[in-house]
Amino acid sequence: MSTALSTPVLVAAFALLLIVAVLSVRWLAAVDERNVFGRLGTPLLFGAWVLVFWEASMRAFDVPRVLLPAPSLIAQSLANGIGVLAGDFAQTVLHSALIGLVAGCTLGFVTGVLIDRSPFLQRGLLPLAALASTVPLVGIAPIMVMWFGFDWHSKAAVVVVMTFFPMLVNTLAGLAESGHMERDLMRSYGAGYWRTLVALRIPVALPFIFNALKINSTLAMIGAIVAEFFGSPVAGLGFRISTEAARLNMGLVWAAIVVAAVAGSLLYGLLGWVERRATFWHPSIRTTAGAVQNATGR
Amino acid sequence: MAATEVPGKRGSGLGAAWHRVAPVLTVLAVVLVAWHAAAVWLNAPQVIERTLSSQPGWSALDLVRLTLSMDRPVLPAPHQIALDLFDSVFGWPLDSPRNLLFHAAVTSSATLLGFAMGTALGALLAVAIVHSRTLERSLFPWVIASQTVPVLAIAPIVIVILGSMGMTGTFPKAIISMYLCFFPVAVALVKGLRSPGVLELELLHTYAASKTNTFWMLRVPASLPFLFPALRVGIAAGLVGAIVGELPTGAQAGLGARLLTGSYYGNTVQIWSALVMSALLGLVLTGCVALVERGVTPGGRR
Repeated sequence: MSTALSTPVLVAAFALLLIVAVLSVRWLAAVDERNVFGRLGTPLLFGAWVLVFWEASMRAFDVPRVLLPAPSLIAQSLANGIGVLAGDFAQTVLHSALIGLVAGCTLGFVTGVLIDRSPFLQRGLLPLAALASTVPLVGIAPIMVMWFGFDWHSKAAVVVVMTFFPMLVNTLAGLAESGHMERDLMRSYGAGYWRTLVALRIPVALPFIFNALKINSTLAMIGAIVAEFFGSPVAGLGFRISTEAARLNMGLVWAAIVVAAVAGSLLYGLLGWVERRATFWHPSIRTTAGAVQNATGR
Repeated sequence: MAATEVPGKRGSGLGAAWHRVAPVLTVLAVVLVAWHAAAVWLNAPQVIERTLSSQPGWSALDLVRLTLSMDRPVLPAPHQIALDLFDSVFGWPLDSPRNLLFHAAVTSSATLLGFAMGTALGALLAVAIVHSRTLERSLFPWVIASQTVPVLAIAPIVIVILGSMGMTGTFPKAIISMYLCFFPVAVALVKGLRSPGVLELELLHTYAASKTNTFWMLRVPASLPFLFPALRVGIAAGLVGAIVGELPTGAQAGLGARLLTGSYYGNTVQIWSALVMSALLGLVLTGCVALVERGVTPGGRR
């Protein structure tokens, strides 16, 4: 496109653009200190500048599309392939990841509540759960594909195994969080085990449980996508990425990545939003709201 | 072992050890029994169909014996996996592609290279973010957002792109490991470098310490307790990255390649032994980091 321009002109233009970018980001960061645009302004501007530089350098230096397509090309493939990608989204995110996430987290939570009454089982299972965190559990994907077939069931099974242990460990830690004072108070009210569990111990455990949910949401996306590399029906984000990468159709590959990224971020953001609603009383949530953040910022 | 836990007070050495080990052993025993039962249950249909249906009058004992020694079982029995692992490690020379230690070495070299690069990148980012308000405001949210993105999804492209640039082997896999490693290190270091309180910072100020001095003598030591847990997470994530990086190329070597060929040819025992080997590798790698941690932070703040 701009091959007619000579190299010194290009370099000068880029330098100028870079100075403008740095100055504008610095300016917005300084303004943002007073919370004029909310906390999102600066990162968004930074991201926009990255896109501008990406697009500009792809055009100026004629980088082959195979290496890295320009953002405009990715947007174009995204628009053209929206039907295909919607099917992939339903397969990978709505079926494999979400169903697996819900099942794995429920299983981990219920196991945690049940084990909580038995110190013996806790001492037996916690070392194994710690062990499981150092083990690359994604590796069970080929086995699950063999057992449950190519469709989403096998991917959901991988996600269940990957998300079980973080949930178990965090549930146990959370249930141990309520102090003796509070428990004694509940007993003096005549509350039984279940009443104490529901009214005191699970609410106190919520920050831990949300922590596990947020960790697990990224694990679920990873598990669902990687399991598709081991065989899948003709839909799914991981399937799309690996087949289109083999055909060097990089526009669609990056479009699929954008879909996966947006889905992962949305899931994480949604959980964060629910967490702020559900654990509004917790100190870590309370401080982010007000001036404390600014006071302790540095 | 009936003793209840009293903080600060421990029983005799042997009793305390038993108190810790007995529950783990019990759980392991239950897992083993359940595993065997599941193996019999899952393999039974195939065994009955292939062999037993031709010989009437078979007993339950025959069924158990055959299901636990199938050639390509749905679920191999633990002793089959152990045998396969033992065979491949001791039955072949170290540089033979049939030896799992060879594959483990290939994978761990990619992991370690990626871990080193990721730690360096994470540390650089953290130092930059701690020292520049602008970068903290603009870059740090993206560092966090990068983690909600399923980064492993880009593995095939990284491999293809670097492959088209003539780079194959360890380096592309290490890039993927690096991508998974840098995040926990960056986040923990930002937290750790910030952890010294106003009191400590002002004390160094009264000593007329320069910014560089403060950084090396206060911030860096203070960040170590934050750094090492992140390194343990990072190296485990890096191993996952290296294994996944071996999938899309159809690489001939590495634990990920073993998993893939095993699943292509329906060789379940091979998949399981590769899985056990990668689990062991994960333990060894995190164990090494823990050892370094113990050496670097004497007195063990845990």
